[in-house]
Amino acid sequence: MRNQNLNNFRYFLVCLMATVFLVSLPRAPLADVRGTGDLGLVVERTSGSLTAINSTTRRAVGKITGLGDLSHASLVYSPDERYAFVFGRDGALTKVDVLENKIVKRVEQAHNSVGGAISQDGRLIATSNYDPGGVRVFSADTLEKVADIKAEYGDGQLAKVVGLVDAPGQKFVFSLFEAGEIWTADLHDPKNPKIQKFKAGKEPYDALISPEGRYYIAGLFGEDGLALLDLWNSDAGIRKIVPEYAKNDPKLPVFKMPHLEGRALVGDYWFLPAVGHHEMLVIDRREWKVVRRIPLDGQPVFVIPRPDERQIWVNFALPDNDKLQVIDTRDLSVVQRLTPGKAVLHMEFTPKGQEVWVSARDDDQVLVYDTETFREMARIPAEKPSGIFFTARAHRLGL
Amino acid sequence: MRPVFLIVLALISQASLADSPPLERQQALLELLHQDCGSCHGMTLQGGLGPALLPSALEGKSALMLTATILQGRPGTAMPPWSSLLTQQEAEWLVTQLKQPAPPQDANRH
Ligand code: HEC
Repeated sequence: MRNQNLNNFRYFLVCLMATVFLVSLPRAPLADVRGTGDLGLVVERTSGSLTAINSTTRRAVGKITGLGDLSHASLVYSPDERYAFVFGRDGALTKVDVLENKIVKRVEQAHNSVGGAISQDGRLIATSNYDPGGVRVFSADTLEKVADIKAEYGDGQLAKVVGLVDAPGQKFVFSLFEAGEIWTADLHDPKNPKIQKFKAGKEPYDALISPEGRYYIAGLFGEDGLALLDLWNSDAGIRKIVPEYAKNDPKLPVFKMPHLEGRALVGDYWFLPAVGHHEMLVIDRREWKVVRRIPLDGQPVFVIPRPDERQIWVNFALPDNDKLQVIDTRDLSVVQRLTPGKAVLHMEFTPKGQEVWVSARDDDQVLVYDTETFREMARIPAEKPSGIFFTARAHRLGL
Repeated sequence: MRPVFLIVLALISQASLADSPPLERQQALLELLHQDCGSCHGMTLQGGLGPALLPSALEGKSALMLTATILQGRPGTAMPPWSSLLTQQEAEWLVTQLKQPAPPQDANRH
């Protein structure tokens, strides 16, 4: 009997405490619990800031400032899609909390930098540096430096590093512009990267890795053609592919280097921007031969497939950088021409491709298009927007 | 066709007679310098794929040579010829801006 009373009393106390605890809890964090799968970031190159975006509401949802020089900046996401690692031109590496729209950590890791990558396991961040030329590797958690890979060539000169991507087997792969080389770095033991070096060709300027992580392809500026490294069989070395394209006709001045990371592989065909030409190349990946050259309205910069691969979207270098062209992959015809605004720098599809977000730098806005009807769905103000990055990139190799 | 031709002619002669480009064009040129030249030389012109274009880096280099580099590019390198987008006078004006001790800032920079 006594015992029973005591138990009842205890029960009452526990209930009381629980109630007091629950009532005293701040409500906001509970209300704000959400995933990040429909969030993204827009790089604002001039003001050194990021605008956070929501692809469901098609709205800007936050602003993060104080990131330094973000011209040509890019970013990658942590596997949990919570954090972005932003690579600034001024060599700064900034870790940003996408949910809380704030900077978590920031290190000045080089003087001049051009991009970066996150390792397969998400624990390492690698930066691609112009000055000092090389790759530096950091802990994703703390941003502490764990490795310094100098891009040494010739008599100890350092080359600018471009086209840095992550690859299966905890690897990073990158190209050395002046040295004309491609290197792979195995970071299973982060403090002792295992490096393999390959002669690639004159002035690799950017590169891509195929979506499954097997082929690394570097564009060459100093000569015609591309350098191909098959990572499943790297002992075979570099294979020069499509050297024959555009040998005879004179090149136009290249006001902006094409970007290759759109990596449009559709079925057995690669769609790649041609350097110095108003066209896109279609390359059969079984023989690595150019099978078609699609005429375009300008020199392509980004050639990006819609996630379902039915369309390819292309933007252009000066003086055609106000346009977009959409190619139907079934018959390679141009199905749409758009003029979103001045200085169209980048396009990013929603993960399933129903919409595409486009930055118009000199109009200070991001435009959202429905990719089926080509209707404009929204305009979002942003300061000199360049790259647009949705969190779904977190789960794709090489992005 | 003819009126268009005359207008173009008028514009060209007007441009080449003046000492520097009209103010509006100057703004556009500065924008081009930081944003588009900036894609290779860095937005703050401290260098990227192309070399730094800060006054200290250009010291001792002749304006004539630099203007020619802008208009004709440097064959065999990534520096493209800009003569299809810039006039002689505009290129000269850009070189003057580049050589000024304080690097030019476009209005939108903070
Ligand atoms: C696609 C890349 C690219 C773009 C865009 C570009 N440049 Fe260059 N520029 C270079 C490279 C590379 C060099 C170095 C060439 C060499 O090795 O001699 C260079 C050299 C120069 C030089 C000579 C510097 C020196 O110290 O001799 C000047 C001046 C220059 N660029 C001005 C400009 C201007 C002005 C623009 C924009 C209107 C521009 N560049 C756009 C790549 C570029």
